[in-house]
Amino acid sequence: MPAECMIRQISVFSENKPGKLASIAKALQEGGVNILAFSIAEADGFGVVRAIVNKPEIAYRELTRLGYNVAFTEVIAVGMEDRPGGLYEIADLLGGASLNIEYAYAYSGKEGAVLILRVDNPADAIARIQAGGRRCLPSSVFQ
Amino acid sequence: MSTWSNPFLSVSPILCALPKVAKGRQMFWEKPMETLKGDDLKRLQEDRLKETCSRAMGTGFYRDLFKSAGISPADIKTLDDITRLPFTRKQDLRGGYPFGFLAVPLSSVVRIHTTSGTTGKPTVVGYTRGDLEKWSSLIARNLTMVGLRQGDVFQNMVNYGMFTGGLGFHYGAEKIGLTVIPSATGNTKRQIEMIHDFGVTAIHCTPSYAMHLAESAEEAGIKLDSLKTGIFGAEPWSESLRGELEEKLGVTAYDSYGLSELYGPGVAFECQERDGLHIWHDCYLVEIIDPVTGEQLGPGEQGELVVTPLVKEAMPLIRYRTGDVTMLIEDDCPCGRGMKIARITGRSDDMLVIRGINVFPSQIEHVLLGIPEVGNQFMVYVDRVNHLDEMTIEVELSRTHFSGELADLARIQKKVIKELRDALELRTTVRLVEPGSLPRFEGKAKRVIDRRTGD
Repeated sequence: MPAECMIRQISVFSENKPGKLASIAKALQEGGVNILAFSIAEADGFGVVRAIVNKPEIAYRELTRLGYNVAFTEVIAVGMEDRPGGLYEIADLLGGASLNIEYAYAYSGKEGAVLILRVDNPADAIARIQAGGRRCLPSSVFQ
Repeated sequence: MSTWSNPFLSVSPILCALPKVAKGRQMFWEKPMETLKGDDLKRLQEDRLKETCSRAMGTGFYRDLFKSAGISPADIKTLDDITRLPFTRKQDLRGGYPFGFLAVPLSSVVRIHTTSGTTGKPTVVGYTRGDLEKWSSLIARNLTMVGLRQGDVFQNMVNYGMFTGGLGFHYGAEKIGLTVIPSATGNTKRQIEMIHDFGVTAIHCTPSYAMHLAESAEEAGIKLDSLKTGIFGAEPWSESLRGELEEKLGVTAYDSYGLSELYGPGVAFECQERDGLHIWHDCYLVEIIDPVTGEQLGPGEQGELVVTPLVKEAMPLIRYRTGDVTMLIEDDCPCGRGMKIARITGRSDDMLVIRGINVFPSQIEHVLLGIPEVGNQFMVYVDRVNHLDEMTIEVELSRTHFSGELADLARIQKKVIKELRDALELRTTVRLVEPGSLPRFEGKAKRVIDRRTGD
């Protein structure tokens, strides 16, 4: 089911300045929010901090309280084989179906490697990945 | 901005009818002068310019000025000849403190006003009996022009002391037979009570005080239903503030322009079209200049307003630099009156010259106001990089326009750059910053930081 596999990523608008990441991370710490996956995208003097957290609502509240611009973005998380070629298999599944990846980041944990994907058409992507024998992690794994 | 968006006006048949019939039933105080055109106007202005120049010779400042320009008042024959004379600046007036600019004996001066200087001595302005008569007639023209007449109740909520706004409006309003309440400033509760209890139909105050008044009335739960006309001046204000004031106070809001050196309020005023301010062409000769080169600019070109008052007796001035930024509007106003200037958008001393192009912070503000994805606060930094001027504008991302996607932020950034380029004809660097992170100014905003060094 695609809906179960839609994961709420928290996106924070941040200027590229010393101390910004520390300030965001501190707010999450104080809210008792654990970060499961994380990346920073940087443009011209500003960036977006993206994270998958265990308590998105609390993260949203804490960061907004500090004046941050925060938004939720829906992403999907795909289980990868933690070996050479693991990423290729997923990327090839999507590329073969002409599904574009807007951005991605990944982590490799105890239970295996996970690829976080932002795609144009998540329902198609989920279907294609499952048809290819790979697993989209349900949001309950994180949140 | 349309009057018809105002819910208060749309339910009042009398007021609804007013702008519609205005063209047929224009009210004038001195119609022949207000509508004078063509050669008749030019002749009158020329005659009065010559008189002004000879009157100015009553002051040591202008005797010296003519002498050093190598001309005599008799050399000024046409309106164009005025460019042979240098400008008069605010600091010249300060230098003449206290009575150096009086062209008549003090015994002929029946009133003195002063304007506060941010530094040093104030500027002293004197009026003969004739000056006061002229000034109050101009106010009478303005009030009549916006539809006020005997039967209206007018509350004048500005300072009645040395500031020209109080007494200036007061005598003009009495002249046309309004019922005048000289409430002056302060005690907002009492101001609201009087508007309500006396059935006040028209108010005059600064736009920021009007907003305070509106909010206070709202908080107190008092409806000011009798109000129909708001006259706001003495500080620049935006079209969006006009809309807010009209909605909150149930008035049609008019912009009033003046400065003490040119009598006070009443120099220029919006008519019921509210598309520019009529500047009284029989009393003020207008030029718009490039504040850097001093060259005259044509209609539609933004620059500094320079005024030669044509009827002032006690204190004649020639080519007085107001420091206010506006432009001439040349169109046939449906009201039938003449020369118009645009609403004041800023001060020429705020002007920046970037790669030879004049930029006013107000232009930047105007662009940003039109882009909902960003806030209205901004900072401008000017640097010189490899001998080239670089302008960087910091603007806050709007709280409601963050999608979470970097690509959308880049799109917003590009949009701001493009709209600034269209308006300023200048490439700028735009930095999106977090909402609430730019400084807020309570008094005079200091939004420009010029870091160029003379290289």
